[in-house]
Amino acid sequence: MPKEEQVKNAADELDAHVAEIIKWHFSPETGCPFWLGWAKEQNWNPLEEVSNFSDLCSKFPNFQDEWLRDLPNDVWVPQAFAGRPFNIFETGGTTGMPKQRIGWDDFRTDYTAFSDTLSDEHFPRNHYWMMVGPTGPRRLRLAIEHLANERGCSCYFVDLDPRWVKRLIAGKQFDQARAYMDHVVDQALTILKHRSVSALFTTPKLLEALAERKDLVKTGIKGVFCGGTTMDKQYARFLVEEVCEGGQIGFVPTYGNTLMGLARHHPISADNDYSIAYYAPQPRAVLRVINPDTNQAVAYDTWGRVELTTLTKEFFMPRFLERDEALRRKPWDEAPWDGVAEVRPFGAMEKKIVEGVY
Amino acid sequence: MGKPYRSFNESEVKDYRDGSVKATLSQVNAGVIRRDLRDISRARDALSKFSTRELIDISARAGELFLKESLPLGDEGHQQTARDYLETLSSTSGLPHVMVQRNMDKIHYALTHLELILNGLTRGIDFSILDNGHGEQAGAPVCFYPTTEALGLVMPSNSPAVNSLWLPSIALKIPVIMKPGREEPWTPYRLMQAFITAGCPKEAFGFYPTDHEGAGDILKLCGRALIFGDKSTTDLYAGDPGVQVHGPGFSKILIGDDEIENWEKYIDVMVSSISDNGGRSCVNASAVIVPKYGKEIADTLGKRLGPLKPLPVDDPNAVLSGFANPKMGEWIDQTLESDLAEKGAIDATAPYRDGPRLVQAEGGTYLRPTIAYCESMEHLLSNREFLCPYASVVEVPQNEMLRAIGPTLVVTAITANETFKNQLLASSNVERLNIGPISTMKISWDQPHEGNMFEFLYKRRSIGMAA
Repeated sequence: MPKEEQVKNAADELDAHVAEIIKWHFSPETGCPFWLGWAKEQNWNPLEEVSNFSDLCSKFPNFQDEWLRDLPNDVWVPQAFAGRPFNIFETGGTTGMPKQRIGWDDFRTDYTAFSDTLSDEHFPRNHYWMMVGPTGPRRLRLAIEHLANERGCSCYFVDLDPRWVKRLIAGKQFDQARAYMDHVVDQALTILKHRSVSALFTTPKLLEALAERKDLVKTGIKGVFCGGTTMDKQYARFLVEEVCEGGQIGFVPTYGNTLMGLARHHPISADNDYSIAYYAPQPRAVLRVINPDTNQAVAYDTWGRVELTTLTKEFFMPRFLERDEALRRKPWDEAPWDGVAEVRPFGAMEKKIVEGVY
Repeated sequence: MGKPYRSFNESEVKDYRDGSVKATLSQVNAGVIRRDLRDISRARDALSKFSTRELIDISARAGELFLKESLPLGDEGHQQTARDYLETLSSTSGLPHVMVQRNMDKIHYALTHLELILNGLTRGIDFSILDNGHGEQAGAPVCFYPTTEALGLVMPSNSPAVNSLWLPSIALKIPVIMKPGREEPWTPYRLMQAFITAGCPKEAFGFYPTDHEGAGDILKLCGRALIFGDKSTTDLYAGDPGVQVHGPGFSKILIGDDEIENWEKYIDVMVSSISDNGGRSCVNASAVIVPKYGKEIADTLGKRLGPLKPLPVDDPNAVLSGFANPKMGEWIDQTLESDLAEKGAIDATAPYRDGPRLVQAEGGTYLRPTIAYCESMEHLLSNREFLCPYASVVEVPQNEMLRAIGPTLVVTAITANETFKNQLLASSNVERLNIGPISTMKISWDQPHEGNMFEFLYKRRSIGMAA
């Protein structure tokens, strides 16, 4: 447990960051057209009424992600970035128009910071990585390459198109979905056969499938950086104990998306029942576990809806309700703010969620 | 395999009456099963160290232990007596004690008569041929090889004796990999413990409560597997030579023209065929096909079965079983009501039932028996099977009966007419045929009525050996 002072300092830092970001996005000389226009339509002024995170939570409504789908990209360009070409990163889009977030350097900032949390033992420097997962228009693809580069490594890529997998599963074409997954795994195994790779980024299911066909320890894999779909306690334990052979391969689960960046995890083991808790890269992003009806955080170690606020100079997104639910966890020494644990699709216990084979 | 594993994911097995939790089952993710199956040859090697004769003896000892003794339960050192087993299974399945006891006796019989069963399955080959892989039978060289290294099982929850189907696998030296029924883990678990206590290597048993993905992997990766389920489940695997499907039996009683005037003599056999074991088995009769007197027979069956009510679970006269899943009872009741509303069928039990079919009694949900008189085989209810005492009575001319009944697990044909008997013997849609007034529930252990386990697990090949 962190000291009270650490928690307070982190909260103070977040409040100061909120004030700075609000000033940035709602000042005509630095802000983007969307937020400047939005503020004009309100009967309150963010510059005057939001000076800390608590103000932000009480004053701003939930961010509507359709804005990212329906509005042109340039409404999100802060004045300070005007004239600089931007990256366009997508999320969703299984059917219809995907949501798009634009960006410049945020992903580098996030992943450079994340690199400091990785050990050299499991993610050796100056070697090779391989990413097996969604590339295409996703932020993740550039981010992983940047992370590898940051550690002196180069990265191989095997693509997986999650939109296609979701369509196959929605159409009950399970054989096709399986065949596509095999196709992806085949390509990854080919790289592993012909090239020396020490670190993997992939999804849990693909990791499992790779390990079923190849002894990853003997292949030289030392670390796996894994995310993308739900990992409950049993599955996390299975991946650590069986697939990563009880720690011979370092297992680093992550929770992240195009809108947030990357949350790091609290180390998992039998001691904490393999319950994976993630901590957002605060103050650039904040995760709360809330009751959406009351807009209040739920009690620690109880379930609530995950709410994300992104606070960078490139992108301001207050109080976006994720499609996930999680347990609220207490602050941790290395991230003295709330964590989100055992993340799963919202309503997973009530209805069957199609998450795909990947 | 053979080792306890406590998962973070658990399911609960509950009392069918008050919902109190009787056991928690660790649920494994499919990956655990897939990884274990990579080492399945170890399990087979462990069994191969024994001769068939030794495994038959072990099975017999397991039968005695299963029926009478205390056996380990769970991973916390608990022991379960035979009485505990009977009462707990009754409390979670809704089966009255008397039915659980009958199921136990059936399983005991199967385990203690495995030689007889193997003899029937193999058509009398010398067990040394199984041990050596080759030998001589009736003067001809024979050689058998296993088709798989494990028998996969996706078990149902409806009736404990269904476990007797896989018992020969151990003596045939094929390990079993099982997903138990969600509501009936008790019997297979106790059987495995009985085998292990009797001297069988524990590696021979994989007991994996799991999800759909895990069940699918058991079916796909074991090479040979048995699945039980309704028609929608079994249709998925129809035509897959590696998967033996055990679905609804649609078992029937047929009365020929020559015996129909004596129909009253056969009411007892009809009643027992329909209602024994709570009407839950695939060998329970679900239709009585007659050339005439359909209404009279339906009325007489209604008079006999209609008044039956739920009795306390420990009442030796209990005939009806409670529903472990009350929603299943509600669904069956609604289905019967809506199908009876279709023209051409009447509920022959209704006049004698003094109340609704679906009842809350003895703390649980029950369905009282239903006999539906149907005007023809076209009616929805003429060839249906439900998890309760249910049968249709339909008039069909004798010369059309075999075509009309469709695929049928057990036919009891009450006739002495040689022509009809010959037609029955030549029919390809009947798995087990009883000629004469024999209950459809009566099965012969030395004659497989639904797939031959030996032929499923072994194949014969031609062999030549230099002198």
